[in-house]
Amino acid sequence: MPTVEQPKENSWEPRIIAFFCNWCTYTAADLAGVSRLRYAPNARIIRVMCSGRVDPQFILDAFSKGADGVLIGGCHPGDCHYMEGNYKALRRMQLLKRMMKDMGIEEKRFRLEWISASEGERVKTVINEMTDQVRALGPLGLPKKFAEWDKELESLEHEVNGKRDTIHA
Amino acid sequence: MHGNGYNGTVRIGFYICHCGHNIASIVDVKAVAEYIKSLSGVVVSSEYKYMCSDPGQELIQKDIKEHSLNRIIVASCSPLLHEHTFRTAVEKGGLNPYYFQMVNIRENVSWVHTDMKAATEKAKDLARAAVQRVFHHKSLETKHVKIHPDVLIVGGGIAGIHAALTLANAGKKVYLVERDPTIGGHMAMFDKTFPTLDCAACILTPKMSQVKNHPNITLWTYSEVAKVDGYVGNYKISVRRKPRYIIEGLCVGCMDCIEKCVYKEGKTPDEFNLGLSKRKPIYIPFPQATPQIVVIDPETCIEFKSGRCKKTCVEACDRKAIDFQQKEEIKEIEVGTIILTTGYQPFDASRVPFYGYGKYPNVYTSLEVERLVNASGPTGGELILRDGRHPKTVGIIHCVGSRDKNTNRWCSRTCCMYSLKLAHLLKEHTDAEVYNFYIDIRAAGKSYEEFYDKLLDENVHFIRGRVAEVSDWAVRPSEEGKLIIRAEDTLIGIVRRVPVDMVVLAVGMEPQADSQDVRRMFNISCSTEGFFLERHPKLAPVDTFTDGIFIAGCCQGPKDIPDSVAQAGAAAAQALILIDSGEIELEPNTAYVVQEECSGCRTCLTICPFTAISRDEAKQKAFINEALCKGCGTCVAACPSGAIKQNLFEDEMIFSEIDGLLKMESPACC
Amino acid sequence: MPDKPKVAFYWCASCGGCEESVVDLAESILDVVAAVDIVMWPVAMDFKKKDVEAMADGSILVSLVNGAVRTSEQEEMAKLMRKKSKLIIAYGSCAHTGGIPGLANQFGREELLRYIYEESPSTVNPQKTRPELKVIANGSTVTLPNFFNIVRALDQVIDVDYYLPGCPPTPKLLKQALEVLLSGKLPEKGAVLAPDIALCDECPKKDTKPSDLKFTEFKRPHWMQIDPKVCLLAQGILCMGPATRGGCEGVCISGNMPCTGCFGPPSRIKDQGAKILSALASQVEAKDEKGIDETLATIPDPVGTFYRYGLPVSLLRRKNFNSTG
Ligand SMILES: Cc1cc2nc3c(=O)[nH]c(=O)nc-3n(C[C@H](O)[C@H](O)[C@H](O)COP(=O)(O)OP(=O)(O)OC[C@H]3O[C@@H](n4cnc5c(N)ncnc54)[C@H](O)[C@@H]3O)c2cc1C
Ligand code: SF4
Ligand code: SF4
Ligand code: SF4
Ligand code: SF4
Ligand code: FES
Repeated sequence: MPTVEQPKENSWEPRIIAFFCNWCTYTAADLAGVSRLRYAPNARIIRVMCSGRVDPQFILDAFSKGADGVLIGGCHPGDCHYMEGNYKALRRMQLLKRMMKDMGIEEKRFRLEWISASEGERVKTVINEMTDQVRALGPLGLPKKFAEWDKELESLEHEVNGKRDTIHA
Repeated sequence: MHGNGYNGTVRIGFYICHCGHNIASIVDVKAVAEYIKSLSGVVVSSEYKYMCSDPGQELIQKDIKEHSLNRIIVASCSPLLHEHTFRTAVEKGGLNPYYFQMVNIRENVSWVHTDMKAATEKAKDLARAAVQRVFHHKSLETKHVKIHPDVLIVGGGIAGIHAALTLANAGKKVYLVERDPTIGGHMAMFDKTFPTLDCAACILTPKMSQVKNHPNITLWTYSEVAKVDGYVGNYKISVRRKPRYIIEGLCVGCMDCIEKCVYKEGKTPDEFNLGLSKRKPIYIPFPQATPQIVVIDPETCIEFKSGRCKKTCVEACDRKAIDFQQKEEIKEIEVGTIILTTGYQPFDASRVPFYGYGKYPNVYTSLEVERLVNASGPTGGELILRDGRHPKTVGIIHCVGSRDKNTNRWCSRTCCMYSLKLAHLLKEHTDAEVYNFYIDIRAAGKSYEEFYDKLLDENVHFIRGRVAEVSDWAVRPSEEGKLIIRAEDTLIGIVRRVPVDMVVLAVGMEPQADSQDVRRMFNISCSTEGFFLERHPKLAPVDTFTDGIFIAGCCQGPKDIPDSVAQAGAAAAQALILIDSGEIELEPNTAYVVQEECSGCRTCLTICPFTAISRDEAKQKAFINEALCKGCGTCVAACPSGAIKQNLFEDEMIFSEIDGLLKMESPACC
Repeated sequence: MPDKPKVAFYWCASCGGCEESVVDLAESILDVVAAVDIVMWPVAMDFKKKDVEAMADGSILVSLVNGAVRTSEQEEMAKLMRKKSKLIIAYGSCAHTGGIPGLANQFGREELLRYIYEESPSTVNPQKTRPELKVIANGSTVTLPNFFNIVRALDQVIDVDYYLPGCPPTPKLLKQALEVLLSGKLPEKGAVLAPDIALCDECPKKDTKPSDLKFTEFKRPHWMQIDPKVCLLAQGILCMGPATRGGCEGVCISGNMPCTGCFGPPSRIKDQGAKILSALASQVEAKDEKGIDETLATIPDPVGTFYRYGLPVSLLRRKNFNSTG
């Protein structure tokens, strides 16, 4: 069985941003709540009307702001409340997935799931699974990496002041 | 920058709800309130036991006045439950309701997590996201849509009939669309109904003819909905009327044609009698069929097959009602609300091969027995088996296709009761010994347990245990020529072999075979089993997630006639609320194009499934028709210029939520 | 020429095309030269770093800096120009959004150095010698600038006042920009000095773009005879026009080549690549995963295609490595 809920004191915990469509997956998450299913506390849900509203920019922005994983939940194919929104989401995510892979972001950090309004259990399973998978990958920590990369700029002030050492490139 | 209309100063009131212990026992509400108070823009941050209660709402209203608040956030339950409550409260407090934002810390936090620290952190993150989000909120106007007063009801079983009559009697115009040649549904097939044992026809047929004769009801049988367009209040429906090759206005149901048909005897298995009798190519499903109009089945009619029939039926009809040229007809109607009452289908007993249905002629389904014991049934009510015998012992097997991992997991709720009913009727008709093989007797309804007691007094046998097998493999002379039911009697702990003449399989109830197509057409959801999904299992049992569409009867889940009727009444009442209020409020979450930003690239034109976007040819820019836009936001995500915005879900709002969720005040990381 | 405003040009990691574009002002350049006092222009004039250092802070009216920042020297010069100038204009795609050099952000520093100094087909370097920052030979010291981990757009290193987009910017935009600056009617700080509307708006082919475009395949321009009259996307050729700022007057399109996105996105867009990806993928015809993938597989290099000029300013900035590598 996946995921023990309690994060250990001070240990790193994955942060997952989840975009759930109002009609299926968000409703399913409500159902999970009403049914008192217990799942990992790592996902933060943002409600959108349809998975078709999810702009790939949102996903990249979430990663760049420190998300370790991004989950999108929509209605099953053919079930979108707006007929076709989920197909558009699928097409975008297929390409985005490829692009992110080229950009060094592990595939498992990003997941698109069809979860219908009655599948409260699935919300639990998917969030638990994803939390475990992302935990296994470790932090993505882009903000920290950005800050680290930019340290090389600060170091220049130092060098310009004449304390530059002979170092090998 | 933040178009808030309050001279740029955002003044936020934040309220976190304990929901009794529901939230407060897992989320440290005090800590969240204190933390949120420290965020920029937050003027008030409080906690309260029940925010949705009157005092909770008044608290918000008082603070709006006292602290000139212009943004309100409530962290409590799901917005799907109470967003409307709080928006209304905010509006009463003198603020545009769309300056409100709700944070779900119950369904999404306290009810699904157990660790207080993690839950509190999550609640803080979610609340902080809302604080950042409301900076971008705008004043919006609620959309109002007029409700067309006519109603469409799909499915003419008892649920559809009852809903139609309720609405028609309230003075509303109803279209009742039934795909069979007659209304009545499954109930029309029964002889008697539990627990009162009143005759089904006696209570149903008067209602059927009321439907037929009601001035407010347009009854279209042998018809199906072909297309659904539009939205709540304004649905455009196409109904396909299949040709019955009879001019409805002329036929009076005398049935002379049937008698004179060149077929002297019926050759086609009769659908209504489940194949237990034969019908002719021209037929009427049953004597009280409504409407009383015959049908010609082109699959079996000689005229259709060869064009060389003597057409004795045409000769017989002095009303000239037969028309072999009749074509399918499409009717276009407009309605404001829709009730789906498409019922169920019985479980297909051949899916449990070890019960021998289809293999041993004397294994029947319960529905077949309903016909067999019916005075107007294939045998005139006499219980004659397929092999011509009269049964002396009968075994009724409960839960066939119910409560079973291999078929359907759910309880069909009616089988125990109708099995008792059938046991009674079988005894009444044949004086046979009747054995019931059951897992549990579920008799939870008014007078149901009493009915069970009565059956016990009638000396019906009850054996508790799931039947393993029905076979004709005799191992004792007493079993010769019989069907042997093998089951463990779990009350005494032995395996029993019960030889019987007749086996009745109490088949369960399943979603209609086409329920997925139907729900897609009407854009509603199904629960996992395939029954239509209600908006809320307790508080909105006949509503769906699509405004203006309601469900009643067995299409929503297995139930008996009293419950089907009660739901039908409830669905009619829900429709009446909409019709009589004349209009409905819609979320103003529509999309719009900022034309100065639009390059006219036409991407969006290909995206919108509702053709809400068109091109303003003069300006060469895209334009969204607000009335057609349903607010999915798909075009917003696709517009490569960022020129389309969606009210309530603008890019800035979502970006600020992302930012708020991830801003770590005390990085748990590394 | 005491009272003429001082103007400087500087180049960082760039190809030299931006310098060309200044010269492309043709006769107009004479007006510019007459109106201003050019105090730094490495490609054309012999001013030294120390000359600039000697100037008072803020004494240059405007410095047009092109090129991305890849080395410590470029950073140092960018900072110096910032100090001495009232206004800094990031000139051209590389300074604006990272440009072609920014594509190097798909690789780690070590990976790049290894390839260049060891593995590339034209390299003969059996000792695997790498450049050193400081070498003392025969008593004199030679220093080399440091090669940074990542490529940066100019505003990721110094504060930038305006941007002139394009690879390179068109003479028309440059002229307009200079006129505006010299007139003293300064636009809002941070402005991109080009129209804030996507290229399709001014594209000569836009009338032929259909309203029900669906993609089954993306074609590459060299595969086919391109119909010069018809929208390139309508011909299945991936055109970045819908997500790219206009102002270039559709020069590529008029040359029958698709827009590759050099002007960067309109101001509403945070990530040009993500947005064009969203727009194009949404219009794929297939509905099943396999069909969708088949269509999208005809875009061989999504990163190089969608971020050709903007990887350093994209939301991810650079390929993610588990070390700073
Ligand atoms: C053997 C048996 C015995 C039972 N005995 C009893 C009893 O004694 N007492 C009791 O209370 N309950 C009994 N029940 C339960 C009872 O049958 C149901 O409660 C009741 O029939 C439900 O009514 P309904 O209108 O929801 O569905 P249905 O009776 O199934 O009616 C649905 C109608 O909708 C029509 N339809 C379906 N799809 C479409 C479509 N797409 N377009 C147009 N029309 C459509 C169908 O043709 C049908 O006419 C029994 C059930 C079984 C199986
Ligand atoms: S078709 Fe004619 S003969 Fe047949 S039932 Fe109708 S009226 Fe009678
Ligand atoms: S997608 Fe955007 S830019 Fe293109 S036509 Fe539509 S609104 Fe205009
Ligand atoms: S939001 Fe959805 S329904 Fe509205 S115009 Fe855009 S695509 Fe169409
Ligand atoms: S997509 Fe390219 S070719 Fe087509 S109209 Fe836009 S800029 Fe022009
Ligand atoms: S509404 Fe759920 S995916 Fe469109």
